[in-house]
Amino acid sequence: MKVVSRSLAIVFSLLLMSCGGKEEKKKEGFSVDRTKTTEKPVETTPAADATPASTRIDLSNKGIGPITSITLDSEIDEAMAKSGEEVYNQMCLACHRVGKKFIGPAPDGILERRSPEWVMNMILDPEGMVKNDALAKDLLMEFNGAPMANQGLTEEQARSVLEFFRTLK
Amino acid sequence: MKKYRFYVLMLLGISALLSSCGNQGDGKSSSNGALSSTGAEKSYVAPGEHDEFYAFISGGYSGNITVYGLPSGRMFKEIPVFSQFPTSGYGYSEETKPMLNTSFGFVPWDDSHHPDISQTNGELDGRWIFINGNNTPRIARVSLSTFETEEIIELPNSAGNHSSSFITENTEYVVAGTRFSVPIPQRDMPINEYKGNFKGALSFISIAADNGRLNLEFQLIMPGFNYDLSHPGRGKSHGWFFFTTYNTEEANTLMEVNSSQNDKDFIAAVNWKMVEEYVKNGGGTKVPAEYAHNVYDEHTHTATSTMKKEVITVNPLDVPGAVYFLPTPKSPHGCDVDPSGQYIIGNGKLSADLTIHSFDKMIAAIEGKKFDGDAYGIPILKFEDVLAGVVKSGGLGPLHTEFDGKGNAYTTFFISSEVVKWELGTWEVLDRQPTFYSVGHLMIPGGNSAKPFGKYVVALNKITKDRYLPTGPELEHSAQLYDISGNKMELILDFPTHGEPHYAAGCPADLLAPNSKKIYRLDENKHPYAVLTPDQAKVTREGNEVHVYMSTSRSHFTPDNIEGVKVGDKVYFHITNHEQDFDFPHGFAMIGQNTSELLVMPGQTKTSLWEPKKVGVWPFYCTDFCSALHQEMQGYVRVSPAGSNVPLTYTLGD
Repeated sequence: MKVVSRSLAIVFSLLLMSCGGKEEKKKEGFSVDRTKTTEKPVETTPAADATPASTRIDLSNKGIGPITSITLDSEIDEAMAKSGEEVYNQMCLACHRVGKKFIGPAPDGILERRSPEWVMNMILDPEGMVKNDALAKDLLMEFNGAPMANQGLTEEQARSVLEFFRTLK
Repeated sequence: MKKYRFYVLMLLGISALLSSCGNQGDGKSSSNGALSSTGAEKSYVAPGEHDEFYAFISGGYSGNITVYGLPSGRMFKEIPVFSQFPTSGYGYSEETKPMLNTSFGFVPWDDSHHPDISQTNGELDGRWIFINGNNTPRIARVSLSTFETEEIIELPNSAGNHSSSFITENTEYVVAGTRFSVPIPQRDMPINEYKGNFKGALSFISIAADNGRLNLEFQLIMPGFNYDLSHPGRGKSHGWFFFTTYNTEEANTLMEVNSSQNDKDFIAAVNWKMVEEYVKNGGGTKVPAEYAHNVYDEHTHTATSTMKKEVITVNPLDVPGAVYFLPTPKSPHGCDVDPSGQYIIGNGKLSADLTIHSFDKMIAAIEGKKFDGDAYGIPILKFEDVLAGVVKSGGLGPLHTEFDGKGNAYTTFFISSEVVKWELGTWEVLDRQPTFYSVGHLMIPGGNSAKPFGKYVVALNKITKDRYLPTGPELEHSAQLYDISGNKMELILDFPTHGEPHYAAGCPADLLAPNSKKIYRLDENKHPYAVLTPDQAKVTREGNEVHVYMSTSRSHFTPDNIEGVKVGDKVYFHITNHEQDFDFPHGFAMIGQNTSELLVMPGQTKTSLWEPKKVGVWPFYCTDFCSALHQEMQGYVRVSPAGSNVPLTYTLGD
């Protein structure tokens, strides 16, 4: 009788263990996933790019978006820059302030770090850039995951904002 | 133990096998199963796909309109019209409070019944949708590009604004008839002197072709009957309007009995073109009246309310030839005109049969002056002279009729809970399908225009009972969707509606979807308190009024910290959403505020009033999950005691 109950107890505890074991496994799986996701961005960022994305210089990258090539006149078009400033004040100022890291990076000196095409693509298709352009993706992470909003600028408006940026030294 | 587990597993396995077999068997053998599988295919709109039709369903006592997709039955939006709507702040925000102003003051609710889409040449044009407020008589115009209520006009001399709001063939007028007759002008008099003293007003409200502005052009002051429903003539009968009446007995008590005495009531045929001409030439009487006219401007994002002081009334006897009565059996309810404009259908709600009048015969009878007496001087035509036919349906309690544009009509029967399909001209019943339960209106997209889109009919029911999981004593009303593209109607979907749907209006999706507005342009924002660039954000004080000019973008308020507000102040938050991307609203809510939140669309400005009552530092936040940093979108207002010297300051990031 004792033996029977003992063996029954063993069977029972085995059953219980198998249940318990499953639960633990689940927990493990969950915590493993969590560490993975938190580590992910670190893993995918190459060691060479320890410099913050905002200070990295990449003048050859045109970004991915509607603008593939732009030629800038050597002279700044003052009228265009002025209308660009108006658009900037209405559409961009909430997040970008001259001379100051705000919600997003400051626009002054941007053309010393980015190509004009990249800047315009970022304005015209921020969702696409964050998805497809590694630098834009890094910038999103550097700026706390605050996404750049698509403000619905026309290509002409974006071009004028670019001209305004040229006046900021 | 092991053995026991084994048995359990075996049993489970066997029962699973059995049940799967059972299911298959059911699916193959029963016609219901087969029906529901094709029904599922026909009403299924795959994830990411769009519906073929819009359906605008009145909310009844919700006071609003709900927007659905057909054939999926998915609800897309509730458009606030006559009722305060905390979800968006409609009727709570300073800009929209004037929309609900009336001659009785602020009325935050109504009972919305019959939506109708604007038309050109008798066909739906998708510019606006109109709807009536039944309780405090009002007519609203809703934009079908913004899906927002743009205008509400109150109707004087009217009560129980039920035979409304129906649109003439070229959107010349939206027409509204009174259900209850009342003393005109209103005065203190004994109720039992109703007969001969109470009157029914039929209102003709013009619609400006360019911007839709409403103007109450004239009211026809009719005998004291109940004007139940109406529809415009079209095609050959364009220029006429038809109203069903009941209570031609002019009873004023125990109406269930006393207004059901006459074997026949009337359909009133009104030649509105004739009355219009009469008024244009100086006819009619200008009488004092009081009614609110509320207009919302899309560019200032603000409504204004104006109180009007007079209205032109017309005595039908002064315009001979403009109004006739068509005898129609048994308290007719629905009044529907077929796409050609030839047939006027009166649904005698206490009858089993439908009465169909012929427009041509009506004109011939008028020309032949074949009258059967008069009612208060208005000629009554002979029933037999105007009758085109009778549908002997076998159903009970016919209410409303719609058309498929292929020569067929579909009538709801409330008492026998069914939709009956019959043929125009032969009056033959072709098909009948049960509804669940007690169907009121039905709707075919464009079904009451010259060009219906006869693919689906929606039955809008009054009783739900066992159709869905129970939710306590109160249930949403059920609707059924039938595919009517074949000879027989086929029930393909059952879905709940919101409030009490009366009538509905539908149209092909491609009539509206391409014009549906995505954002309000910031550079077109003319709101006097708008912040057009974030550096204009500021806080000003005028006495105890504090105005906060605030902007929002993902994910912060500018400014986010405000000090120098005092107990007893009235703080107006004027919030401009600087997003210019589709579907990026921001919300605003302040702790302890005696009003609702605001939901501000991209490029829009809305104002919320807060009257702080307690000293402290009080947070506000964005209520619409706007970005990964939405939880960071917040700010504080420091509230000091009344008479404090804390200076007024506002900051962001300092």
